[in-house]
Amino acid sequence: MDDFLAARSQMALSLGFHIIYACIGMVMPFFMAISHYKWLKTNNEVYKNITKAWSKGVAIFFATGAVSGTMLSFELGLLWPKFMEHAGPIFGMPFSLEGTAFFIEAIALGFFLYGWNKLNKWFHWFTGVVVGVSGLASGILVVAANAWMNSPAGFDFVDGKYLNIDPIAAMFNKAWFTQALHMCLAAFTATGFAVAGVHALMILKKQNTDFHYKAFKIAAVFATICAVLQPISGDLSAKDVAKRQPAKLAAMEALYVTQKPAPLLIGGIVNEKDKKVSHAIEIPGALSFLAHGDFKAEVTGLDKIPENEQPPVAITHYAFQIMVGIGSLLVLISLGYFILLLRKKSILERKWLLKLFVLAIPLGYIALEAGWVVTEVGRQPWIIYGVMRTKDAVTPMPGIAWSFYLFSAIYASLNVIVIFLLYRQIKMVPILYSPAQVSTQFKAD
Amino acid sequence: MDYVIIAFLCLAILLYFLLGGADFGAGIIELFTSQKNRSKTRKTMNQAIGPIWEANHMWLIIAIVILFVAFPKIYTTMSVHLHIPLAIMLIGIIARGTAFVFRHYDAVKDQMQEVYNKIFIYSSFITPLFLGIIAGSVISGQIDTQAKDFASAYVFSWLNWFSIAVGLFTVALCGFLAAIYLIGESKADEDKKRFIKKAEFMNVAAVIFGAVVFTAAYFENVPLMTWVFENEVGLIAVVLASLSLILLWYLLLKGKTKVLRVLAGFQVTMILVAISYAHFPNFIRLKAGGAISLYDSIAPVKTVESLGWALVLGSFLILPFLGYLFYKFQQKEE
Repeated sequence: MDDFLAARSQMALSLGFHIIYACIGMVMPFFMAISHYKWLKTNNEVYKNITKAWSKGVAIFFATGAVSGTMLSFELGLLWPKFMEHAGPIFGMPFSLEGTAFFIEAIALGFFLYGWNKLNKWFHWFTGVVVGVSGLASGILVVAANAWMNSPAGFDFVDGKYLNIDPIAAMFNKAWFTQALHMCLAAFTATGFAVAGVHALMILKKQNTDFHYKAFKIAAVFATICAVLQPISGDLSAKDVAKRQPAKLAAMEALYVTQKPAPLLIGGIVNEKDKKVSHAIEIPGALSFLAHGDFKAEVTGLDKIPENEQPPVAITHYAFQIMVGIGSLLVLISLGYFILLLRKKSILERKWLLKLFVLAIPLGYIALEAGWVVTEVGRQPWIIYGVMRTKDAVTPMPGIAWSFYLFSAIYASLNVIVIFLLYRQIKMVPILYSPAQVSTQFKAD
Repeated sequence: MDYVIIAFLCLAILLYFLLGGADFGAGIIELFTSQKNRSKTRKTMNQAIGPIWEANHMWLIIAIVILFVAFPKIYTTMSVHLHIPLAIMLIGIIARGTAFVFRHYDAVKDQMQEVYNKIFIYSSFITPLFLGIIAGSVISGQIDTQAKDFASAYVFSWLNWFSIAVGLFTVALCGFLAAIYLIGESKADEDKKRFIKKAEFMNVAAVIFGAVVFTAAYFENVPLMTWVFENEVGLIAVVLASLSLILLWYLLLKGKTKVLRVLAGFQVTMILVAISYAHFPNFIRLKAGGAISLYDSIAPVKTVESLGWALVLGSFLILPFLGYLFYKFQQKEE
């Protein structure tokens, strides 16, 4: 494995790992805050138990997300020093604000996790809300920094020099809003479906149904509403990408030839050598509409992009298909749930829908990772779009492949341990939170 | 604004050393506690650092963000030439943070606990060791930006006696800070006594490794003596640190706790001042001679200004909230 490929793989691995943990750490506090609020209002012990059970998950995910995030702040320099040397002062603003938000999140989490019976109950609840809000703010800020790489702003690039640096303008670059919106909705959808799915599974197993059903409802509300909103945000993103990064859009849809009107391809097998796509379903004019809001508009194909500025087409196309496909499936599940609610039927009587939720446990995260593949691979060969190439930014140190193998092993084992811990947490629910045990359990706390 | 940022950078490094250091130290203390007392040490430690450990490590993030936003040349030079120790330190940080949380939140307490414990205590030792090695390397003058071969560019930049001595000195100081902190956090007299013993042990270790640092500096041609003893500030800092050492032993034997913390913090601060004052504003000493200084690597004005404001406003939010966290979760003296 050459060093450049190793560096890219290590970065992709670290980001891919961090994204999942960060999303859970960012979204779960909102679920907790709602359950916590319900407990404070209704005095129903079940809600307290749900809050406590979830908070243990959050502690595990937050810590893993925090250390992998720390890792990333160093890795930017360890792997891409030439990039950071120039980009640091330009796109550093969101990172410095994120530092503050992250700090507040860590403090608030300390209060929340260790504050049971020690703090005023509403202050305790409030610290939980602060965890969620500052986590969400961190997420938005980091995505704004990534958006800058896609849509560089806040400097003039003259003769290889970065002049007139304006970090505020860099932070509010053209892509920040659409990217941040899409990411936040994705985080809520993926985490919501994963959590709802786990509780749906336990309902199907008929364990502590009351506990799991109440938990399911909180997560499912977030998941389904965000899943339904996501296509709107996706449409905004597509139009934005069409304008700013035509090469990325062309790769997403494997559009090798500029067309007017352009069809939307669903699925298909990309042949990068012959520049052709076979076995795809074509919807005439749909890509024109998606990209420019007009069924007859021209869409730039890869033929208009110089060969050495084209991203890898197959990966970007497949990732995009996976993201959209899963997104659509989650919308269908959400609509099914809404219809059930409208008809005032309980989901407990609809086993098939519960089973669909179980099926959706990993789907949201797969879509989320696929979406990041579209963003990041679709930006290649640029690290700063149109300004600096990724291969010019890589560290001069040889032997990065070893580092990649090592960190792959570390992340893989962390994943295994976290899944093992969650499995144990869930397995212990009947013992820790069954009505008979509740009183003794919490006296011990 | 340049000074505001430099002040925040120093503050973040200092607080990371004191708070993060005490936090690492807790694991080091556990490592140097006999098997039969470990579970007691662990219990005190979990209560003492559980609520605050995440916050303590945020100072590292603040420091690193200031470096890469405002001093990109320093950040990238370190990233390139100290890649290996930085990567090892990161593995330490990952292993330590996750092991600490995993052992606390594993719903079933079985032999897995031993695995988490092992990972936790060894990474608590390795991480500050490499932090110290990195700090030592930055001032050792072994970073060779013109090196052509792998070993001199990426290995001997940090693998030298001076850097290793600084690493061990750092470990001893972390252990010392933790022991002092834990004295005040333990309820039982027996625990208190054990931590006082540990504080004495770590203090002696720190003095010994301090001497080793000076010896290594002599052999590796690091002008540490000149920095510390040939200017007033360095000299005063050393004198104050020595005086506080005497006072500290007196208080230690008397078993005072809260004053001890302030004094230990003061002592470590003085040591850092003594080492770094003469060196300022230079940050990285280069093998070819000369140095990368904070002033000539600083980012453009607009970046510095917006970072400065972000830090000032951020600290208005962070510091009171953090202060209240520490206040709320300290063990009341009974």
